[in-house]
Amino acid sequence: MRPADFPPPFDARDYLAAPTDPKDERIEVGLLVVGAGPAGLACAIRLGQLLEDAPQLRQRLGEVPIAVLDKGKQAGSHLLSGAVVNPRALRRLFRGRKRIEEMPFYGPVLQESVYFLTPKSALRIPTPPTMKNDGNYVASLSKLGRWLSDQAEEAGAMLLPETAAEKLLLADGRVQGVRTGDKGRGREGEPLGNFEPGADVVARVTVLAEGTQGHLTGVALDRFGLGGDNPQVWALGVKEVWRVAKPLDRVIHTMGWPLRPSAKYREFGGSFIYPMGDDMVTLGMVVGLDYRDTELSVHDLLQELKTHPLVRKLLGGGERLAWGAKTIPEGGFLALPKRFHAPGVLICGDGAGLVNVPALKGIHYAIESGSLAADAAVAALQPGQTPSTPGALAAYDESLRQSFVWRDLQEVRNMRQAFGRGFWVGGAYAGMMTASRGRFPPADLETERDADQDLITTDRARSYPVPDGKLTFDKLSSVYASGNKTRDDQPNHIVIRRDVPTELAQLWERMCPAQVYEATESGVDVTPSNCVQCGAITAKGGRLTPPEGGSGPEYTLT
Amino acid sequence: MKIAVCVKHIPEGHGRLDPGTKRLDRSGEGALNPFDANAIEEALRLRDATGEGEVVLVSLGPAKAQDALRKGLAMGADRALLISDDAAAGSDLVATSHTLAKALEREGADLILFGQQSGDADGAVLWAAIADRLRVPVVSQAAEVTHADGTLTVKRQTEFGYDVIEAPLPAVLAVSDAINEPRYPSLKGIMGAKSKPQEIVSLGDLGIEADRAGEQGSRTEVYALNEPPARGDSRKIEDDGSAAQAVVDFLAEKRLI
Amino acid sequence: MSTLVFLEHHGGELSTAALGVLSKGASLADTDLSAAIIGSSVRQLADEAGKFGATKVYVADDPQLAAPLPQPRVDVLAQIVRDKGIDTLLFANSVLAADVAAGLAARLEAGVNWDLTDLVCEDGNLVGKRPALQDSVYVDVGWTSKPRIALFRSGSFDPVETGGTAEVDDVEVALEDFSSAARMIDQAHEAGEGPSIEDAEIIVAGGRGLGGPENFTLVEELAKALGGAVGATRAVVDAGWYPYSTQVGQTGKTVSPKLYIACGISGAIQHKVGMQGSGVIVAINKDPNAPIFEFSDLGVVGDVHQVVPKLTELVKQRRGQ
Repeated sequence: MRPADFPPPFDARDYLAAPTDPKDERIEVGLLVVGAGPAGLACAIRLGQLLEDAPQLRQRLGEVPIAVLDKGKQAGSHLLSGAVVNPRALRRLFRGRKRIEEMPFYGPVLQESVYFLTPKSALRIPTPPTMKNDGNYVASLSKLGRWLSDQAEEAGAMLLPETAAEKLLLADGRVQGVRTGDKGRGREGEPLGNFEPGADVVARVTVLAEGTQGHLTGVALDRFGLGGDNPQVWALGVKEVWRVAKPLDRVIHTMGWPLRPSAKYREFGGSFIYPMGDDMVTLGMVVGLDYRDTELSVHDLLQELKTHPLVRKLLGGGERLAWGAKTIPEGGFLALPKRFHAPGVLICGDGAGLVNVPALKGIHYAIESGSLAADAAVAALQPGQTPSTPGALAAYDESLRQSFVWRDLQEVRNMRQAFGRGFWVGGAYAGMMTASRGRFPPADLETERDADQDLITTDRARSYPVPDGKLTFDKLSSVYASGNKTRDDQPNHIVIRRDVPTELAQLWERMCPAQVYEATESGVDVTPSNCVQCGAITAKGGRLTPPEGGSGPEYTLT
Repeated sequence: MKIAVCVKHIPEGHGRLDPGTKRLDRSGEGALNPFDANAIEEALRLRDATGEGEVVLVSLGPAKAQDALRKGLAMGADRALLISDDAAAGSDLVATSHTLAKALEREGADLILFGQQSGDADGAVLWAAIADRLRVPVVSQAAEVTHADGTLTVKRQTEFGYDVIEAPLPAVLAVSDAINEPRYPSLKGIMGAKSKPQEIVSLGDLGIEADRAGEQGSRTEVYALNEPPARGDSRKIEDDGSAAQAVVDFLAEKRLI
Repeated sequence: MSTLVFLEHHGGELSTAALGVLSKGASLADTDLSAAIIGSSVRQLADEAGKFGATKVYVADDPQLAAPLPQPRVDVLAQIVRDKGIDTLLFANSVLAADVAAGLAARLEAGVNWDLTDLVCEDGNLVGKRPALQDSVYVDVGWTSKPRIALFRSGSFDPVETGGTAEVDDVEVALEDFSSAARMIDQAHEAGEGPSIEDAEIIVAGGRGLGGPENFTLVEELAKALGGAVGATRAVVDAGWYPYSTQVGQTGKTVSPKLYIACGISGAIQHKVGMQGSGVIVAINKDPNAPIFEFSDLGVVGDVHQVVPKLTELVKQRRGQ
């Protein structure tokens, strides 16, 4: 049985609409960016820079030349990553304006180690070339996002958090903006006393920078047939931030345990452990969502990881400060859309799948793509141009293909797909790919959809540690640590079939790091207020849509 | 009618006590105290019921408290006043009420509203202290308010049920969270907030001497932070039919029944 | 030290919580202890105060003081403090007492520490103990000047009869004009249904372990037998078994009754933060690993459907119902 056998009752057409608000009530902005993550904020910052030198264009764009929407409570509330950031794109974006030292990093990467773990030991292995991090910096993406949002506001962008982009406004074959989500609806969708309807926000160009599993990105890819030949695949990352007594002096990645190498399990991934200054450490477990075992729980694998002697020592009786989860697109080059633009709209960042899987990097591509999108948008708004005609924004695609983003991704294009064949074969492939700088294998490997994987059930859950509240934690207390205080009577934002076989319900129950799903006799129960909007469900048979703006986690250190 | 709403910017998340100052760590991000949203909502309703008037938000806090004020402006308040001064840090009830009272005198509001409590549990019954300094009547725990001809009629909740109290304006009113469902700011409201008047003043601007504010102006202090007292031995028993009796005996021993 | 305790009263009786604070005052060393009773036709309550440790009772008996409004009480207490040299004032928290204590703090420029659960003398200093951050940490607080005002969490102390008598001092009542501006039009009468969850001294709460909405009657019966209120967890409110107004927890109410009995509740942190300040916690749950057993004083691993009805029966018997 595969999750894809029970597709969610999701229809992308429900999220496409012409503007319905009377013209004088529509909110008009010049350029609309959906998502205050690194891609969206880089776009807004670059737009601000370009408009500095183009006062006439700025004038034409109206009272609000640049608006950035985000569904989180504040910029950074929904941002989560490892992260070790390649500063290349930030240097370019802030050339002549800000130095790296002024950015909220936790220091450069000084040393790194890669380990292959067994249940009790850690074998140091040479760092694969694709994973080398010299010149890179450790960051909290949430914190970096907040800093970038300050820069964006200084550059003249208006930030609008707590605002979900629910529908893509489409008329005359072009994207005209977005309709924001309603607020104040009850469990059955009924309007409550303080019901506030969403609004039509119209713009000359809309930039979708929604991150992984971007809602409107999915709708746009579908509507305009932008998808490539290969489906996208994802990994789920669950991470924690800890206060520790002893500083960690290196960046660590691990492979092997607690994942199982055999091809039949399809468990691709590993862990990361990064120092955040002298007194904090962040660690996370990342696992491809093409895994097959219904008992696999990435959250519990992370708890298990912490019991390993190497990790236990690093955490040294410290204190957990934060927890969070998010998916990462892993299809790489082969899963990229065949076009990143359509009339009136541009797609950037993780939403477009711009992630280098072997290097575990996507933030600098997000920033670069956001910046390139800004260039293309402004070029298309010059006198005599209309961004809404087909091809007007093609310059964006062009510039992406000429950029280091494209070159990097192309070189490592088969990496993830190789690991579908298990760790050892995958590792061998990876080695050859790296050595040949992408010329091997000669024919690109196929990507298989996460939801198409046949499910198996083992007794994997038996070895998950019983949470002790000090080193290991249960899901609910972790949801609490994410800052999630979503009101309980919100409508369910997860589109999913409820009457599914127990096996599938159990897959979801284990998969979800926030304990949203529960297998029952008749199928699955959903507690949407727990949801931290990681996006895993969309990869495995459901469809996440944005809940009421402001809901979900309130990340600050992730 | 001029309505002033006293609002507070509180640290986000679950709060952390700074072991150095032993006070709430306010260095991180923050947000509008959710209970103040009820007060702002009530102020907006009262203003709109009279068809005229002004709602002013007043806050004592760090510069970033502007964000909290902006949220209130987005909901529909007309103006915001932030008293921001390093010398005001560490103010207790005595110091805070003195500072706020001076600012409120300057505003000359007909009605001053407070929310029920502070989400950071650091705030207390500020409204009663303010009312005393301004020499006006105060009514707390308001669950329903109507206004007619300069008189407020307030239905308020106590341990014994509901009182109905009348008070003439000018007055101070503290509203409970049962009084209303605060509105969500519309997108237009959020965008419009940025262009509403936001004034920042220092203690000096209000004529407050440094020794009446901050720690100097406070009459209480924090000595130490401790672990909560251990709950004492926790017992766990299996029910073999006699657990209910064991519970009763336990409750009797604790003089709870 | 000269300590004065504000004795609130209702329906012709002094409040138990206030008498508890009086007993606490009596236990403090190096202080004389007086009480203040303010209202209309209240003089007869003075004897009670003596029984619980006050050596002097200041009585302000005046029709202007009939309604339980705070500001006139601030006037009276301020006057007593000035005239009689009181340096420490103790209050048991209530809607009225909180307003009085804060108003008085402003009037006297006196420091006030609230939500205290205890008060001790350490090195000649008066130190208050108070929980903070949803009772996850305790803070030692003090005063930098006199007079000092302390507001205690309701029910922090039990009244202890010492069987003394108190001298009664009738005080003249002179109110500020603004103090009498607010008028009581209709005073509250005892709510019929039993205590609301916020004020209840005893709460019996039900969770998913009850099995179904029909089993909430078990919780209701026990609550009734104990004279307490009914609480619910987020899960059962979500499932529609009980109303949101009874929800205890992160997205519901925070309560700190003297006794919290959790029936079929696992004790997830979202619930815990709403009730961890409770005086005594008793938990009944089928699952021996339920997190609630880690912070309950008495845990019963058993079937709620068996244990709770039996418990109700025994409580009724004991209370002679």
